[in-house]
Amino acid sequence: MSDMMSDLGDLYQEVILEHSKHPRNFRVMEAANRKAEGYNPLCGDHYTVFVEVDDDTICDISFQGSGCAISKASASIMSQALKSKTTEQAGDLFNKFHGVVTGRDKNNVDGLGKLAAFAGVAEFPARVKCATLAWHTLQAALREKQMASTE
Amino acid sequence: MSIIASRIHHDEGISDTNLRKIREDFPILSRKVHGQPLVYLDNAATAQKPQVVIDAIKQHYASNNANIHRGVHLLSQSATEAYEASRRTVQRFLHAADPSEIVFVRGATEAINLVAQSYGRKHIGAGDEIILSEMEHHSNIVPWQMLCEEKGARLRIAPINDDGELILDQFEKLLNSRTKFVSMIHVSNALGTVNPIGKLVEMAHGWNVPILVDGSQAVVHGKVDVRALDCDFYVFSGHKLYGPTGIGVLYGKHELLDAMPPYQGGGDMIRSVTFAKTTYNDLPYKFEAGTPHVAGAVGLGSAIDYVNAIGLEEIAAHEDELLFYGTEALQSVPGLRLIGTAKEKASVLSFVMEGIHPHDIGTILDRQGIAIRTGHHCTQPLMQRLGIPATARASLAVYNTRAEIDALVTGIYKVKEVFD
Repeated sequence: MSDMMSDLGDLYQEVILEHSKHPRNFRVMEAANRKAEGYNPLCGDHYTVFVEVDDDTICDISFQGSGCAISKASASIMSQALKSKTTEQAGDLFNKFHGVVTGRDKNNVDGLGKLAAFAGVAEFPARVKCATLAWHTLQAALREKQMASTE
Repeated sequence: MSIIASRIHHDEGISDTNLRKIREDFPILSRKVHGQPLVYLDNAATAQKPQVVIDAIKQHYASNNANIHRGVHLLSQSATEAYEASRRTVQRFLHAADPSEIVFVRGATEAINLVAQSYGRKHIGAGDEIILSEMEHHSNIVPWQMLCEEKGARLRIAPINDDGELILDQFEKLLNSRTKFVSMIHVSNALGTVNPIGKLVEMAHGWNVPILVDGSQAVVHGKVDVRALDCDFYVFSGHKLYGPTGIGVLYGKHELLDAMPPYQGGGDMIRSVTFAKTTYNDLPYKFEAGTPHVAGAVGLGSAIDYVNAIGLEEIAAHEDELLFYGTEALQSVPGLRLIGTAKEKASVLSFVMEGIHPHDIGTILDRQGIAIRTGHHCTQPLMQRLGIPATARASLAVYNTRAEIDALVTGIYKVKEVFD
């Protein structure tokens, strides 16, 4: 049982639970000039990510929607991490984050800040899509695609 | 399948000794998951397989394998006999009048597609209406939607109440001279609601409208008699009935199947072929193009023999008792709400928890060895109707025990612990 609880503790870190209960930047953004919807058809997670981009810089970012603790916390922490970053920096951060949560490069957490809390996801392959949904949605918004999907 | 309120004690269920024996029949139940004993409560998605079914499939390939309906050699004849014996087993299981009314398909989904494409394309046209219910599985929505798009027909949706029961008089009001077909789930996979099929058939037939019943969840939980129901088509998948995946059944009344064009072309479904013209085979072979899943049919026959040996009524009583026990146990958990509280209900415990998404419930239970399903259960329109994105669903089978329900409840308290 102790292994089980420690694995779960790795997944549901305090910071993740806290963000899932009190998501930051959880609002519709009227001034957004980029927006996309993200949907995971398997579990019904559904978010809209709003971005205000000015000259390749993410001036503001917010999200709305519903889903599990992992997907919501991921969207919330992502929104904090990316404010005033360039779109290129956002892409680099996603690459790094993706490597960590899929386990491809799971120890490479330097510079991830709070996003490092998602390292435990690598032990739960079924939950990788939850952790990356908001990021995929953001990418779609920056590419001005209407709909992102984890499938 | 009985009224939940009347389920107090079932002496006619399965004794503890027999339940232990039944559990030993299923090899997978002795394995561990994340170091914990497996508590398998995802039976509405697929049931586990008893050793006799695994052996029947193995035996078929090890000593009886050949193609069917075409060889003069001994193996082909005995494989054909085994395949046709399974067909007769299914016929008796559904109480169909004749084995020619039993078509082997890949599963319930293929059976519904077959009827939509064959019966539907022939008889349903522009302006016609097809009635479904709000609680249908996607497999009983999409094939009809595809047909409607092609033909310019339209779907009419019979609503449910907040308990997840079909509103009968609303269903009746939808029937009219444009109605050409009704397709309805027998037991809801997401809620466990048992629909009053007999009444629906009567109402549909009052307008001369045929009705297809999706029995995927129903055949596992009680006796189904297609002649007593008087439904026109009845479909189910083998894998929810302790049989293999990839095999399922379409029952259709002989005169309807006989008048329907083939669904797929190929071998076995023909009598003679020239480049000018093909004459089709008799029922049921007209609908079984290509080499069928012979081992699957053999396995399904063996699964039906297995449930018959335990007794369908005993299985239903056992599951009803567990459902009653589980309903009370889950209702006692603070912040947990059961979804689907129909008076007539079978073996499904769908629920949501305040502030905790079903997906998180599923992960935390999984780490305790408890397998449940989380999500929309392929019933997105139903989830929309209920105003929830998803549920957590525990679904019961013959081998489940009260101790497993207790493990589920303990597991749910652990979920609360993680989130508190």
